[in-house]
Amino acid sequence: MTTTSFSGTRVKNILKSIRIPPVYYFLMVIFLGGGILDLMYGGGQIFGNPKIMMNILVRSVALGIVAVGQTMVIIGASIDLSVAYVISLTAVTASYVMQGDPANVPRAIITVFAMGAVIGLVNGLIITKLRVNAFITTLGTSLIIKGIINSTFSNWAGSVPRSFEFFGYAFLGPIPVSVIVLLLVMIVGWFVLKKTKFGAHLYAVGGNKEVSRLSGLRTHRILILAHVICSMTAVLTGLFIVSRLRAGAPWVGPDGLYDLESIAATVVGGTLLAGGRGGVWGTLAGVLIFSVLDTTFNQLGMNPYLTIVFRGLIVVLAVASYTIRSKKEAA
Amino acid sequence: MMNDDIEMTGEQPKQPLLEARNISKRFPGVQALDDVSVKFYPGEIHAVVGENGAGKSTLMKIMAGAYYPDSGEMFLEGEELSFSHPDQALKKGISIIYQEFNLLPQRTVAQNIFLGREPSKFGLVDERQLNKMAREVLVEIDAEGLISPTTMVGSLSVAEQQMVEIAKAISLNAKILIMDEPTAALTITEVNLLSDLINRLKQRGIAIIFISHRLAEIFAIAEKITVLKDGQLIDTVMTDQVTTEDIVQMMVGRFLDHYFPPLGSEDDFGEVILSVKSASNHKLENINLDLRKGEILGVAGLQGSGRTELAQALFGVEPFKTGSYELNGTTRMIKSPSKAIKSSLGFVTEDRKAEGLCPQQPIRDNILLTVRSIQRLFTAISKDGIKRAPKLVPELGERVDIRTDSFDRDVDSLSGGNQQKVILSKWLASEADVFIFDEPTRGIDVQAKASIHDLIRDLTKQGKAVLMISSELPEVIGMSDRILVMHEGQIAGELPAQASEVEIMRLATGQNGRNGNQHSVVLGEE
Amino acid sequence: MTTTTTTGKNGFTSTLNTTWQIIKQIPPVFPIFIILFIIVSYLSPTYSSTVGILAFLRRTAPLGIFAVGQMFVLASGGFDLSIGSIVTLVCLVSSLLLNNDPANAYSSIGIMLLIGAGIGLTNGLVVSFLKVPSFIATLGMMLIVRGMALYWVGGAPKGYFTDNWRMWGRGYIENVPIFGRFPIGMIVLIVVGLITWYIFHRTNYGKQVLAVGDNVRAAQLSGVKVRLVRTGAFVISAVLAVIGGIMFGGYGGVNVTIGEGLEMSAIAACVVGGVLLGGGKGSVISVIFGAYTLEILFSMLNLMGLPKPYKDTIQGAIIIAAVAYVALSQRKRR
Repeated sequence: MTTTSFSGTRVKNILKSIRIPPVYYFLMVIFLGGGILDLMYGGGQIFGNPKIMMNILVRSVALGIVAVGQTMVIIGASIDLSVAYVISLTAVTASYVMQGDPANVPRAIITVFAMGAVIGLVNGLIITKLRVNAFITTLGTSLIIKGIINSTFSNWAGSVPRSFEFFGYAFLGPIPVSVIVLLLVMIVGWFVLKKTKFGAHLYAVGGNKEVSRLSGLRTHRILILAHVICSMTAVLTGLFIVSRLRAGAPWVGPDGLYDLESIAATVVGGTLLAGGRGGVWGTLAGVLIFSVLDTTFNQLGMNPYLTIVFRGLIVVLAVASYTIRSKKEAA
Repeated sequence: MMNDDIEMTGEQPKQPLLEARNISKRFPGVQALDDVSVKFYPGEIHAVVGENGAGKSTLMKIMAGAYYPDSGEMFLEGEELSFSHPDQALKKGISIIYQEFNLLPQRTVAQNIFLGREPSKFGLVDERQLNKMAREVLVEIDAEGLISPTTMVGSLSVAEQQMVEIAKAISLNAKILIMDEPTAALTITEVNLLSDLINRLKQRGIAIIFISHRLAEIFAIAEKITVLKDGQLIDTVMTDQVTTEDIVQMMVGRFLDHYFPPLGSEDDFGEVILSVKSASNHKLENINLDLRKGEILGVAGLQGSGRTELAQALFGVEPFKTGSYELNGTTRMIKSPSKAIKSSLGFVTEDRKAEGLCPQQPIRDNILLTVRSIQRLFTAISKDGIKRAPKLVPELGERVDIRTDSFDRDVDSLSGGNQQKVILSKWLASEADVFIFDEPTRGIDVQAKASIHDLIRDLTKQGKAVLMISSELPEVIGMSDRILVMHEGQIAGELPAQASEVEIMRLATGQNGRNGNQHSVVLGEE
Repeated sequence: MTTTTTTGKNGFTSTLNTTWQIIKQIPPVFPIFIILFIIVSYLSPTYSSTVGILAFLRRTAPLGIFAVGQMFVLASGGFDLSIGSIVTLVCLVSSLLLNNDPANAYSSIGIMLLIGAGIGLTNGLVVSFLKVPSFIATLGMMLIVRGMALYWVGGAPKGYFTDNWRMWGRGYIENVPIFGRFPIGMIVLIVVGLITWYIFHRTNYGKQVLAVGDNVRAAQLSGVKVRLVRTGAFVISAVLAVIGGIMFGGYGGVNVTIGEGLEMSAIAACVVGGVLLGGGKGSVISVIFGAYTLEILFSMLNLMGLPKPYKDTIQGAIIIAAVAYVALSQRKRR
């Protein structure tokens, strides 16, 4: 190798190594499609309006944050169906502890993160030590949490002080704080997955647990940590939601379909359920696709139920585009 | 010829690098190892042979820390060993390469080599250092031209993946390299390269232990041979002091000179039942073959020559795109396995586990699967299996000699040889007229092998036609009434029965009549 | 065995042995159900009365049917997450189609069955030809069906169910010997149970479903028409979801969220009934008992005074425990 390398070639090499996940082409298509519909029916008002564009981003924050955690878990060949209820639990607990008093905010935050960590830990332990399938485990824990929430809170609980609403509403310059948080979470997620030892090991464990084990990796620890991270991202989403809604209620998690949608966004983004490959940027595109759809339909006054139909179609078609080329029979 | 003799025959007395002493291991129902003691010396290439179930794999796994012995000790350079996890063995310098490879196809070469040992600072992987280290190791095994550290392992060939595994072992400073059937999936050229590599590793003082069923290769590569039988050590001998017959005799305890059933004669062969002309698909070109009733047509060729693809095309798994296909009087291209079965074609695949059996289903259901799949979908079944033939399963079981106490057991619980027999019964049940066998006796012990060969010949005596693909030249030569040799997706030529290995190899390597000039490792010994 | 003076002792041990062999074969769900049932009848006189028992059976019949449908898909190696939405569709749209006119009952049932079959067919085709994993395919279908259902009825249930539509879930046959009144729902369950038992355990199709779930490649190479078999399983699951949905709607009322989460309950019932999530094993009877075991567990907890929300918590814990138990006992066998 030559001793000196121009920064120019360096940059070129870096650019070459950035592979754009194919899902972004999807996103562009959807975006264009939305734009066309806008011109046809909306008089071009929608996509030209920066406020609405920003709205798309803000809409993506809640799902986006938790989807990062879900992506990690799926890369590890696991899955987390409990995130919706972790979100609800966070919302009601935070709201309840805060009781509208700014002085309680730090305590509330610590409480919910601690709860999230515990839930992630429990998920991880049951999956690894008791060898219960991840689907069943997280389904079970979600029900357990659901029961606890519903028996303690039947309605809106407590309230969030104005000061905390900055998370949901404040701007840093032209950009909402929440979007910045989303980007930060994305970057941290990307960094952990691609640059750290933990990330490398997570890919390995998801790719082939046995091979990883024989190479001396502590597969249990790695999976448990992935689940803890996932629950924590769910907590963060919960905090975001509660700061938007100004109070927490038991139904916010499941109502938003955060469990299935975080999985959907992840697979639409190109991360396989089987684990071992994928990444957060693809997931971001998946989240954005849903947001663009929702916003477009919303603004055009289309029946909200049709957005649900479209979501389903997108999920199937997007994944089909990845799988249709494979020779193996699906399961 | 005992170990002690070897130490006294003029070689410098060396302390054994790895020594197993009085190792015993029992699994439910079988004594896998019984008081086995072997010594392995540095810089020595040592083969371990034995039938299936002789205990070779178990011994290797104990040495690699994957199993615990029930009794006995192991010593590494005189120091006693006790492993509770395989990676402890790795750290001590004992590396094992399994037949199925322990690699992650979606990670790069470098990531695979240093899995778990990535160079890192504060928890962050140093990619550049990782790739550099990988390159260095690849250089050590002379593979840096072939393999790049940043390639996905999944896109490498089998031989290249094996190199990655060896690189992994070298990077762990392996003093002992154990390989399980290293040449099973390699071409002749690749076997030669591997043999060169093994010799280079030997020069570095690494002890190489490998399990193999291929006696010719063992005689070409190994210096010492240890024979195990039924969990016991029969003997450890110097290669240049024995013949293959001696080894075979030690392995089975009897002289196997009637290894194969007698070949057919012209009277046994009937009319052509399968005829393919000018057939091609994207992997095969211009295939012409005729198969007569009562004959065994052997198909030989190197790895990648298209033999399995030929079988798959004939069976409709990856059908021919052009050409004519005439089977049993009907001219029609076979486009799916179920059509093939309906046309009385049977296919005993190469990979038992992945393609031949449904492990959690009872033996009975496995045997009846083909019959059921060609009947109508909602045909009723009875408790014994098939309404019209309640005795079918036990009859077949007896005919192929399946050793089991009940046909309701999950097929998972049977040994390899028995599982192959279950698969065979499945095809017998389908009453096929033409059978395609792909590596029918791979990984099966000598006695079961012989009984399967007899069964195959019996089929032809009943007027069935057999197409038999095999990588074991002795099997091809011993069983075939005619031999087709494939090369690069085409039929390179046809040879009569009892052709020599040289003639087969000549065609298999793409030479027509020219002198076979490569120093083939496999050839030379009968 | 040699006949000696100690035959008596040997005979005893060998009988004990054979009995133990037989006992080991019984799926755990049966004894668990019986034990729970005994506890429940102890806790509440209703459950020891014929009327009470029949009411319980009637109420749980739909879940049994959902579970059987799900079992076909699970045994073939897949998941069907769309059945909950199918129930939503059936209930919401039927109330619209019925339009309060009993004459419409049978045609609306017929339409629903056709739609259900179509949904199942689509699921099967997407999995078989587009190679989308069933988890994702049925997840997408769930969203599509739910969206279509809500769209069709404009977001809220319209109209009422007619009596002759409701009777499948709610009605009784009068003047039955011994029982007095016998729930129609139970009859439906028994009929469905017999038919599906026959299909799964006594036809080639059932065996092929298991083969596909166990090792799809081996099944394919043995001539099994994998795509047909798989698609069939999805069709069966969807059609049974329709049937169960009609009973479900007939029994209770209908609201916008009806049906949500049913696929999870069905999967839970299957798991309790011993079905492996990877495919290759299944039993109609065990699965129906699994559904009943789940329900009786809830009843028991109810009777013990546990407030309703905790029902979910317990359900979750039970599911985990049931699967952990199976996982542990499987490992021992290996």
